[in-house]
Amino acid sequence: MSSIGTGYDLSASTYSPDGRIFQIEYANKAVENAGTVIGIRTKDGVILAAQKLLDSKLLVSGTAKRILTADMHIGMASAGLRADGKHLQTRAREECKNYRDNYMSPIPLKHLSDRLGSYLNAYTLYSSVRPFGISTVISSCDKNGPQLYAIEPSGLYWGYQATAIGKGKQLAQTELEKLNFDELSMRQAVFEAARIIHLVHDPTKDKGFELEISWIGKDSQYKHVHVPAQLYDEANELGKTQAESGRMQE
Amino acid sequence: MDLRSAMTHADAQRLKKGEVNLGTSIMAVEFEGGVVIGADSRTTMGSYIANRVTDKLTHIHDRIYCCRSGSAADTQAVADIVAYHLSMFSVQQGERPNTHTAAALFNQLCYGNKDRLSAGIIVAGYDKENGGSVYNIPLGGGMFKQPWAIGGSGSTYVYGYCDATYKDGMNKDETVHFVKNTLALAMSRDGSSGGTIRMCVITDDGVQRLFVPGNELPQFWEPQVNVNKPAHQLAMEAEGDIMVH
Repeated sequence: MSSIGTGYDLSASTYSPDGRIFQIEYANKAVENAGTVIGIRTKDGVILAAQKLLDSKLLVSGTAKRILTADMHIGMASAGLRADGKHLQTRAREECKNYRDNYMSPIPLKHLSDRLGSYLNAYTLYSSVRPFGISTVISSCDKNGPQLYAIEPSGLYWGYQATAIGKGKQLAQTELEKLNFDELSMRQAVFEAARIIHLVHDPTKDKGFELEISWIGKDSQYKHVHVPAQLYDEANELGKTQAESGRMQE
Repeated sequence: MDLRSAMTHADAQRLKKGEVNLGTSIMAVEFEGGVVIGADSRTTMGSYIANRVTDKLTHIHDRIYCCRSGSAADTQAVADIVAYHLSMFSVQQGERPNTHTAAALFNQLCYGNKDRLSAGIIVAGYDKENGGSVYNIPLGGGMFKQPWAIGGSGSTYVYGYCDATYKDGMNKDETVHFVKNTLALAMSRDGSSGGTIRMCVITDDGVQRLFVPGNELPQFWEPQVNVNKPAHQLAMEAEGDIMVH
């Protein structure tokens, strides 16, 4: 970064002379170092997959999940500072509950994205706070059909057919662009997600990881849940072998 | 009489001094593709008719109306608050709110302030997801989805008529006819209802207003009152000198 030492990067409320806010760019750096998260929107549901990097061999497998549930019909996965991700989940749950209390119906994902986007944006405006060091992918499937959004540290949010954030973003995105979303079933998307997460992981360089996959849609009775153990094992194993053979060809 | 129970009992009869009562006949009925709502037009302060052409069909949003009964001030205030929330809602969401959303807001306000309000409200409207729908929010602040609802002091006289007459799957014209007849019957029996009939037909296309003047109300059986006629008039009638209508 060219402007290190100039003092323009010390506060989220200071612009650099060329109109940038470095604190937000640093937040994006925090996201780029995190385990990969991908989201795929198929015709009848949405799949989230996360690569949970293991900080310690002593961790109990299946704990400290990265894919979280904000409401019955909403899943979310953040890449970046884990604590910020948990905090945003708490906020998302409040937003969902408030919407239910006020309107007696589930919150549309478009509305939640907007609320969370505004929340993150507020943390880019003041010198007393730092921006959130996370990007968040959120999924839902309701009367408006399957929906997938990603929110950036700046508060910007976009709707996606498929998206990837974190370490393996580049490679994952090129893989996702090859998919045919009109044909893809939820089950097929689970396998694709597992394959891509394994593909972007380099066992010689990176530390070990645990794969997480959730879905919401027709196959999950429109509830956001982690995929059933049997399907998970199948997808995880196949993904691993596919990624290994892919690497050998290289 | 137990004063405490009398004081904690929420009812429309406990109006404050000078408060305007909507002793009323109101109604809403679903049909395939929309909903018909209707009301009489009488507003009373005790025995005085404060307004004989009142519009009790209150606009909440493009395709959502409500019929108000109870205190005019309370129900107006509640309707204004709901209308405000829904206009915010529709701007934020970029689409029209569902009738259910409006009813949920009415429900919250009416239940949360049940010991301070006398408001019986029928919410009716059209939305793309559910078509026409009717929600009844009576005095205690409950919320009930119904194919048809009647309310106000006049409604007590016509429950039987509605039970006997309502049929599933009526078309628009049949539904308008049903609402008009029910309200005319309620208005003829209830002293606090009367004047004219105002109706709205709410569909995907828009809101159509209908008006029935007081001299064109549907006619039903009326008792022949002749006990108080002067003797000479009865005699002349018997002679055929006066035509009796």
